[in-house]
Amino acid sequence: MTDLAQLEADLSGRIAVAADVAALEAIRVEALGKTGAISELLKTLGRMSPDERRTEGPKINGLRDAVASAIAARKAALEAAELDARLASERVDLSLPPRPERKGRVHPTMQVLDEMIAVFADMGFSLAEGPDIEDDFHNFTALNFPPRHPAREMHDTFWLPEDARGERKVLRTHTSPVQIRTMQRLNEKLPAWIANGQEPPIRIIVPGRTYRSDSDATHTPMFHQMEGLVIDRAIHMGHLKWTLDQFIARFFETPAVESRFRPHHFPFTEPSAEMDVKCDRSGGDVKIGQGNDWMEVVGCGMVHPNVLRNCGLDPDQWQGFAFGFGIDRLGMLKYGMPDLRDMFASDVRWLEHYGFSAFQAPNTSTGLS
Amino acid sequence: MKFTLSWLKEHLDTTASVDEVVEAMTMAGLEVEHVEDPGRKLAAFTVAKIVEAVQHPNADKLRVCQVDTRDGRLEIVCGAPNARAGLTTIYAPIGAYVPGSGITLEARPVRGVVSNGMLCSAKELEVAEESDGIVELADSLPVGASAVEAFGLEAAIDFEVTPNRPDWLGVRGIARDLAAAGLGTLKPDPVRPVAGKFPNPVEIKVDGQACPVFAGRLIRGVKNGPSPAWLQRRLASVGLRPINALVDVTNLISYDDCRPLHVYDAAKLTGGFIEARLGREGETLEALDGETYEAGPEICVIADGSGAIGLGGVMGGESTKVLDETTDVFVEAAWFDPIRTAQAGRTLGITSDAQYRFARGVDPESPVHGIEQATQLILALCGGEPSEVRVAGRAPAPPAPFAFDRSYVKKLSGLDVPAARIDEILTKLGFAVSGDTVQPPSWRRDVEGKADLVEEVARIEGFDNLPALPLPEIARQPGGALTLRQRRMRDARRQMAARGYAEAVTWSFMRREWAELFGGGQPELVLTNPIASDLSTMRPTALGNLIEAAAKNARRGFADAALFEVGPNFRGDQPGDQWTAVTALLAPHAPKHWAKGGGDALFDLKADLMALLDEMGAPPLQVVQGQNAGWWHPGRSARLQLGPKVVVAEFGELHPRILKALDADGPMLAFEVSLDALPEPKRKGVKTKAALELSPLMPLSRDFAFLVAADTPAGDLVRPIAGADKALIEAVRVFDVYAGAGVPEGMKSIAVEVVVQPREKTLTDAEIEALSGRIVAAAEKATGAKLRG
Repeated sequence: MTDLAQLEADLSGRIAVAADVAALEAIRVEALGKTGAISELLKTLGRMSPDERRTEGPKINGLRDAVASAIAARKAALEAAELDARLASERVDLSLPPRPERKGRVHPTMQVLDEMIAVFADMGFSLAEGPDIEDDFHNFTALNFPPRHPAREMHDTFWLPEDARGERKVLRTHTSPVQIRTMQRLNEKLPAWIANGQEPPIRIIVPGRTYRSDSDATHTPMFHQMEGLVIDRAIHMGHLKWTLDQFIARFFETPAVESRFRPHHFPFTEPSAEMDVKCDRSGGDVKIGQGNDWMEVVGCGMVHPNVLRNCGLDPDQWQGFAFGFGIDRLGMLKYGMPDLRDMFASDVRWLEHYGFSAFQAPNTSTGLS
Repeated sequence: MKFTLSWLKEHLDTTASVDEVVEAMTMAGLEVEHVEDPGRKLAAFTVAKIVEAVQHPNADKLRVCQVDTRDGRLEIVCGAPNARAGLTTIYAPIGAYVPGSGITLEARPVRGVVSNGMLCSAKELEVAEESDGIVELADSLPVGASAVEAFGLEAAIDFEVTPNRPDWLGVRGIARDLAAAGLGTLKPDPVRPVAGKFPNPVEIKVDGQACPVFAGRLIRGVKNGPSPAWLQRRLASVGLRPINALVDVTNLISYDDCRPLHVYDAAKLTGGFIEARLGREGETLEALDGETYEAGPEICVIADGSGAIGLGGVMGGESTKVLDETTDVFVEAAWFDPIRTAQAGRTLGITSDAQYRFARGVDPESPVHGIEQATQLILALCGGEPSEVRVAGRAPAPPAPFAFDRSYVKKLSGLDVPAARIDEILTKLGFAVSGDTVQPPSWRRDVEGKADLVEEVARIEGFDNLPALPLPEIARQPGGALTLRQRRMRDARRQMAARGYAEAVTWSFMRREWAELFGGGQPELVLTNPIASDLSTMRPTALGNLIEAAAKNARRGFADAALFEVGPNFRGDQPGDQWTAVTALLAPHAPKHWAKGGGDALFDLKADLMALLDEMGAPPLQVVQGQNAGWWHPGRSARLQLGPKVVVAEFGELHPRILKALDADGPMLAFEVSLDALPEPKRKGVKTKAALELSPLMPLSRDFAFLVAADTPAGDLVRPIAGADKALIEAVRVFDVYAGAGVPEGMKSIAVEVVVQPREKTLTDAEIEALSGRIVAAAEKATGAKLRG
């Protein structure tokens, strides 16, 4: 019986020092394989008497179980050590930078446009559009700028050459021509995106590019306007004032913006007004909602009876208001861009700095900015 | 338009300050641009008297003066030759900033004698451009009086006159509005007719087309010369240059009552008549500015027996101008047609105070009043004997009276104004109110109807008093405020930004030569008055502008640009010629990186394009290669088409020749998606999603390598394979394209992985074999591909 004890001691010793899984496997085959030492011992059990077997059986089986579990334990330990060694060899320097990615940006004017749309959509306005190249009728005559009238000189107009009929197209000087296109149906084939006549009541906003031949720090030959038009039976200046007050408070996201209405003149509205907001210019840049200066932000008024008549609407039946914002300028006021010209300069440093992330889509439920 | 408070007070009885006037103007619609206050910079300067002036001990040209000042008797060193005892002049204390010399005074010795201040010249005070010695003032001025007062300087209020209100181009018109706004009382008209002493000897003739009405009077025996100080000061205060008394009177009245006049030296008139008529072909005239102008048949000229002697309503002529020696003066007050005068100004390139006023519309009933006002002033300043006034022609009819329902004020403005107050406002503004009829005054030709009257009432009553009433509720568009197209523009913008592109907004115009490179530059799209030659032509595409932008960024050191723009492009000048594109530009100059790798950037761009189209809901599109326009790289560009005709997008590398022409370093990659070519989905509104089948069976994949002709597009191989069994084949992926050793000349090998998704049961080996056979057959049928052995 000392054989068994000797065998166990011998195997245990070798298992404990087996250097790798292969060495361990060799020991396993030697002890527990088909012709292994322990397997051979197990075979002797069949030849034993029942009494012998009763005493020897548990010893031999016990030896087999002990060796098998010692091998399993040693194998687990060897595998763990191997994994540790492999992982240790896989170390990388994580202070290295990732592959650079470009910062995509939405242009601030377009972000501000989306903000404005969010507020006006909430008030029941929908969008209308018109072409950038306009005819004289829509840009001027229908808007109560009579031909050759000095009021036309208020707009520094870009002209296209005379056509065969002696007419000159213009680059629209404002988004107001879309007022006409919304109120009056033309019997000509137009692309579906261009407004072409709708029955009142009307409640639209018109964003778009506009053009004046003017260029300095506060004027660029192209800029963006947003027109508004509301036509109904009994809309008056009080509604206009409320609408613009609401808009300003929600756009600038503060209830404290003080505003004032001031008479002005536009040929296509009567009465006409401009709205100023309180601001502070003392620090060089303009801060809205504080200080004692006024900053004009929107021109507006009641749609001129002549304009309604020009569109086939009876001014005794229908009336309403119109307004026009400079989108770029509102953006500069809200977000602090100092120079209008930068808006159109496509400097990637500027776009990255003043632009907006794709995921900052303005909506009225979370606030605009 | 500029004016001063003292001038305003000639017409308005008021105690208001400049600030109060400015505030009242602003709220009545007279938009003040700025207040120019020359007194602000002279606040520290006061009147002083030199008591004693002695030679400086150490300098020949300096005098040491004892001066009585606001600060007591002071010793002041002065270099002016006219510094003498008894002189009343202007003193600047230590610490004062002297505007004309740009220095701040310090008490320091001048050649050993400390000067406790400075005696000033007019130039140093910036009240004159040149001066000779220190200021010499009237002895009656007390020591300590302010310099502002001594010079009669006053703040000038400058405001924007809207084109509907030419009457605001006269101080009296401003006073009338301010009186109505409650700032004071309008003073009675001071002008009285002056009886003529003899018949007007100058015959006046008008051609009504050129000049509807012309009034004139001769004043003989005048003594012309410089105007008195008050008149010179008044003109200077609004930036006018005094000339001589007769001319100054006309300039004064032009600003005082928006009544331009002209004076002729009667001795220089020939033929005994003066006429207003249209110019003749080739007729020229030397005007008062010394330039010679051609007065064609569209321009009103004033003529006498010698021909044209003035441009009617625009500028007088050199030949008959009034000089200091003039003794007999002929005064003209006419009414020139606004449109003709505006046109003449543009044609001749002249803007004068008279032209500006006539173009906007002077009161047609003011000529005789203007003559009388001028006569009063000329007689007072120059003496003389006036003839009777002669008037030729007829003023245009005054604005017609119309019915006015006072309840319309409330209906249009929302303001509650009692009827009596409405009438009071209108009356103060010069309207004649009689029952329900209102007659606008002759100077308010802008007023045509009841809405104009509401504006008058509302602005005088005050826009501050407007109520703020919520808009009535209105049904919202069920589909939202945006149309599908507008929504696609918004989605495109955010999709591109999400993929790393920065949104640019570039001009709608570009250089004509560049527009031509992109198939544009048609004559009807070239502006006649561009702001610069590089902004002359409506763009056919935004590509040129984006290339230019990327090149500029590269020159600033930022070559790795990814830009996009969503905006209009122009095929012609009709509304239907405008189309909207999403244009993207990629200048692949990735910065150096420690981890190598990265494939052909063109396929990064294609991935961005496909993601964009997917986001906008585009249907499957066909890639067509070899048909792109000339600004694309012929081998590295393609179109995405819907059917054989509709091109939804073009993409690829830009042609090096184009980049060179635009001075840009390549390569640059780009795409342009036409929003207008993108179809709307057939079904509008909410789209219910198709039922989703998730198979519990494991998908399997098989690889195939095909030999095809080298010019066969991979897409032509992938499509038939995918179509070999639409139910089972889930995906076909190209994972290798190879030509070279082992592949015959003129051929290439394309390896694809086909992912098969069993639907109802696992596939048997025989079924998989059969499917493989169909795949190989489909590939061969479409492209002649042979399975590689």
